[in-house]
Amino acid sequence: MAHDTAHAMHPPTATGLDTRKLAIWTFIGSECLFFATLISNYLVYKGKSLVGPLPHETSQCLLHGQMTTCEPIFEIPLVTFGTAVLLFSSFFVVLALNGAQRGNRKQLIGWLSATVVCGLFFIGMQVYEFRHFYHKGLGYTTNLFGSSFYTLTGFHGTHVTIGVIWLATVLVLAIRGKIPAEKSLNLEIAALYWHFVDVVWIVIFPVVYLMR
Amino acid sequence: MALRTPSLRRIDRWVPAVCVTLAVLVLAGCAPEGYPQTTLAPKSDFAELLDQVFRRSFQLATIVFFLVEGVLVWALFRFRGKPGDAEPAQTHGNAMLEVVWTVIPAVILVFIAIPTIQVIFKTAAVPTDNPLVIEVTGHQWWWEFRYPEYNLVTAGDMHVPLGRTVDLRMTTADVVHSFWTPQLAGKRDVFPKRDNRLWFRTETPGVYPGQCAEFCGTQHTRMAFQVVAQDSASFVTWREGLAAVSAPAPGPVDSAAPPPNPLAAQGQQLFTAKGCVGCHAVTAVGAPTMTGPNLAGVGDRTHVAGGWLPNTDENLARWLHNPQAVKVGVLMPNLGLTDVEITALVAYLRSLRAVPAPPAVALTAAGN
Amino acid sequence: MATIAMGHAGAEAAYAEKKGLWSWITTVDHKRIGILYGVSAFLFFLIGGLEALLLRWQLGAPEKTFLSPELYNQLFTMHGTTMIFLGVMPLSAMFFNYFIPLQIGARDVAFPRLNAYSYWVFLFGGLILNASFLFNAAPDMGWFAYANLTSKQYSPGLNVDFWIIGLQILGIASLAAAVNFFVTILNLRAPGMKMMRMPMFVWMSLITQVLLLLAFPIITVALVLLMLDRNFGTHFFVPSGGGDPVLWQHLFWLFGHPEVYILILPAFGVVSEVLPVFSRKPLFGYAAMVFSGCFIAFLGFGVWSHHMFSTGMGPMADTVFSLGTMLIAIPTGVKIFNWIGTVWGGSIQFKTPMYFALGFVAMFIIGGLSGVMHASPPADLQQTDSYFIVAHFHYVLFGGSIFGLTAGAYYWFPKMTGRMLSEALGKVHFWLMFIGFNLTFAPMHILGLNGMPRRVYTYSADMGFGFWNAIETVGSLILGLAFLVFIINILKSLRSGAVAPADPWHGATLEWSIPSPPQEWNFAVEPTVDSRDALWELRRTKGVLPEPARVSGRGIHLPSPSYWPIVTAFGTALTLVGFLMHVTLWVILAGVAITMFGIFSWAFEPADH
Repeated sequence: MAHDTAHAMHPPTATGLDTRKLAIWTFIGSECLFFATLISNYLVYKGKSLVGPLPHETSQCLLHGQMTTCEPIFEIPLVTFGTAVLLFSSFFVVLALNGAQRGNRKQLIGWLSATVVCGLFFIGMQVYEFRHFYHKGLGYTTNLFGSSFYTLTGFHGTHVTIGVIWLATVLVLAIRGKIPAEKSLNLEIAALYWHFVDVVWIVIFPVVYLMR
Repeated sequence: MALRTPSLRRIDRWVPAVCVTLAVLVLAGCAPEGYPQTTLAPKSDFAELLDQVFRRSFQLATIVFFLVEGVLVWALFRFRGKPGDAEPAQTHGNAMLEVVWTVIPAVILVFIAIPTIQVIFKTAAVPTDNPLVIEVTGHQWWWEFRYPEYNLVTAGDMHVPLGRTVDLRMTTADVVHSFWTPQLAGKRDVFPKRDNRLWFRTETPGVYPGQCAEFCGTQHTRMAFQVVAQDSASFVTWREGLAAVSAPAPGPVDSAAPPPNPLAAQGQQLFTAKGCVGCHAVTAVGAPTMTGPNLAGVGDRTHVAGGWLPNTDENLARWLHNPQAVKVGVLMPNLGLTDVEITALVAYLRSLRAVPAPPAVALTAAGN
Repeated sequence: MATIAMGHAGAEAAYAEKKGLWSWITTVDHKRIGILYGVSAFLFFLIGGLEALLLRWQLGAPEKTFLSPELYNQLFTMHGTTMIFLGVMPLSAMFFNYFIPLQIGARDVAFPRLNAYSYWVFLFGGLILNASFLFNAAPDMGWFAYANLTSKQYSPGLNVDFWIIGLQILGIASLAAAVNFFVTILNLRAPGMKMMRMPMFVWMSLITQVLLLLAFPIITVALVLLMLDRNFGTHFFVPSGGGDPVLWQHLFWLFGHPEVYILILPAFGVVSEVLPVFSRKPLFGYAAMVFSGCFIAFLGFGVWSHHMFSTGMGPMADTVFSLGTMLIAIPTGVKIFNWIGTVWGGSIQFKTPMYFALGFVAMFIIGGLSGVMHASPPADLQQTDSYFIVAHFHYVLFGGSIFGLTAGAYYWFPKMTGRMLSEALGKVHFWLMFIGFNLTFAPMHILGLNGMPRRVYTYSADMGFGFWNAIETVGSLILGLAFLVFIINILKSLRSGAVAPADPWHGATLEWSIPSPPQEWNFAVEPTVDSRDALWELRRTKGVLPEPARVSGRGIHLPSPSYWPIVTAFGTALTLVGFLMHVTLWVILAGVAITMFGIFSWAFEPADH
């Protein structure tokens, strides 16, 4: 992608870091607070729901218009698999970046495609999970757990989606031959964002899914 | 660049003098007399503790103010530039000074911090001296007071006995409010589904005004109350009188005490007929919380309409005529009452006294 | 070669190629964006001032009915919201934009189009927020909008929604700008300008950007949760569903307290520039000023609950936040003493910028002292939510930020416009503002201590509040007059003020080494720096410097203008507006589509076109 001024790319910078790389790190730093607030909100309301379904315990919840006993709603194996897929995708994008930096077009395109596919898989898993929860009685407004869970993971999922679109755009550019070695920074910046999205999930997964 | 004209030079000289004079006048105007709701004349043990910490910090702040501003103003005179001045010494700093003016403020702060922490913990301790528990509930835009010990509920005026600790358990029926009666206590916010606590004991009789201190909607301004601090005998008279005020609702005929005059009797009938009973109870004993304030004892309350409108017949009539015109946004609708109906209702409400008293005397919010 | 007369004609020539509305809409020049911020912010500030005058007129005597309760509540809410988000912050942004690149010796900010985007998003946000008046639904629940008054049940109208959406849009503008300036300051400094050689204004601005980056995400989440409660049926702050209104207070003040440092630090920076220049000696204790600024910012994240002392958090929490708050007083005091140390031993030049800078110090001392008094919960239980607090924050925000920013305006006006402001009118402005300000806000200390709560549209005659309220109203009128004088000064000086040389004040920093106003590329030759107060140092070694020449600019590469920033900004604003009106999906989708189209076009726009 063609970016701003020559100033940002060529002259030596006062810190020695590329300006766009510094910018994405800055943005990531700010986003950490965003997710920290959402995670705090989840933790503050953990255990405070007035009705079920609940993540790790059976509870009384409203299902098909009747109060019934509901099972704990999390499906840990599925989410664990999705987590692994996301983690691998970070590894794949590193390989893609390596290919870009060495001018190896095939390596770049191959691994970047794998990254995008993993991202799409993760989103698909989340969509499936949300629909599954909804059918088991956990709507968005059902209880504090539902509200804070869907808000937190929903925003994370939105960030994943934006990352997938971004990486897919770089992939299209790569296929068109527009990511030679000198322009590998374009992928590196997208990859940094992708790693961040992954790291946030690495915090969400144990805090939300595993912690009781 | 415009030259400094002689007239401007004069401005630069007398304006600062005027400012200083004004500042002195302002400080002199701090006197608490004439302010019924002042924080500077504590009348309870709790308020006294808060006041001590305040005075300490105010004194230190005043000293620091005069010192630092004084040095600044002195520097402006001493080092004012004159044409032809040589370049002054290009001092970059002084490490020792930095240390000094870091440590000295820290020391001054210790003198505020210590009494602060002491009072925080002292005022957080739960009272153990057989306090009188009063359950306070904020509503948009009036205050409700419930006395579990006597199974009584009232609104607007909170009567408390002298010499006995009052233990307030406070909540709200709707949004966040704040209970503030400055001469007796600092503020405490009230939250839904939660009890906040506040206690105080006063030895000085009086009627102490208070106001809601957390913005709570359109009529936050008109959400006031009075704390009526009375000696034990008067307090007993009041609460026993309040308990005796009974309901107009139909029941066993002999349990309904008829009001003293025919106009009030008419008002009593209208009270039911016009639907007032739907929102207002007229018995204080064991009455539930309703949409509107409990009206048992309203006859001799200091204020009505959320603790702010002086309780005169004229004001009551205005209120009944159209509450929206008096306090726009209140939940009480305009009932479309005729003047005749209003006169009767006012007489009825006036008859709902907790304490039978000579009619000429009206309680005022004198503060002391 | 360049005389002042030639410089003036050159100023016209330099901008001759970039005239007209379209050149302003597509500008990516930090100086023009700075002027856009400045003009917009000043207009919003005047609106906020008018709101204040209306409030003061209502409060001038007991039981006045000039304003209805509903209108009063809208006006006091909008006054606070406007002054903070549409007044002080963008006025600071004007100076960030114009002077950070100049002071660090750069040609522009790191991301010029992102810079333009920030401005347009800010403008749209401010317009949308004020558009609420047209619907008679201006925010009316106080500028910190406590739950659960803000729930749909107790605030059914659009008032709260306008506030949420307006602030959300403004937050995006602030975040984008913060990334930009943070990276600019770190990466685009001229060779030799180490961090500890940067002008103090740049340091304070850097710390402000860090605060923005860390604090705004918190309010973003809080606003999202509130919006979800109101429009999507969640119960984050609704007690009937298990929600806790106190959580709103925590989230808001976790943002809100750093926000007040965001509001004051730029003024700290400006004053730290003006005092040395007009004392003719360097800033006293440069390193102490840097470290105290960093310490204040860091600690500022740990004291938020001092806004909540009356909520009953318990003695431990009260103690911790009280001590933290008192601790912040120490580095703040260090700054005040260093400012005094700067003028001490100097040769003080009493020009208008200096008047305002000194006024800042004098007024901020008062605001700081009343702040220390609130730091003690027992005292604060009487002071919070009373006019004593209103006095405190006006002393720090008006006596502090506004006086400081006004000093900056007088100081930097010659550089931005090539004209000098009238010293005579400037002095009149100062004294009117100083007297009017103190007359308006000093008595509020008295009223607060004597029991007048805040946010009340009137008070009874028997409360005793009438006298000082009347004085305050008179004071507010004098303040209005002061700003009228300021506007007259600006307009008159733009038209016929004395032509400004490059360096009218004998300044210490790099912006004074280039013509007034600067040419588009700022520096004909990139400066090299080898000390603090670079320009003073240069004069010490090279003697008197000639008036800088205006050059042709051939061969200097500059970023091209672009309309994608305003298009993308429009998409952003549209997306959020979709959440305003009963959550209209097609508006949201249209906004998202325009935003994405804008981003892609921006990203693929060739660098030169």
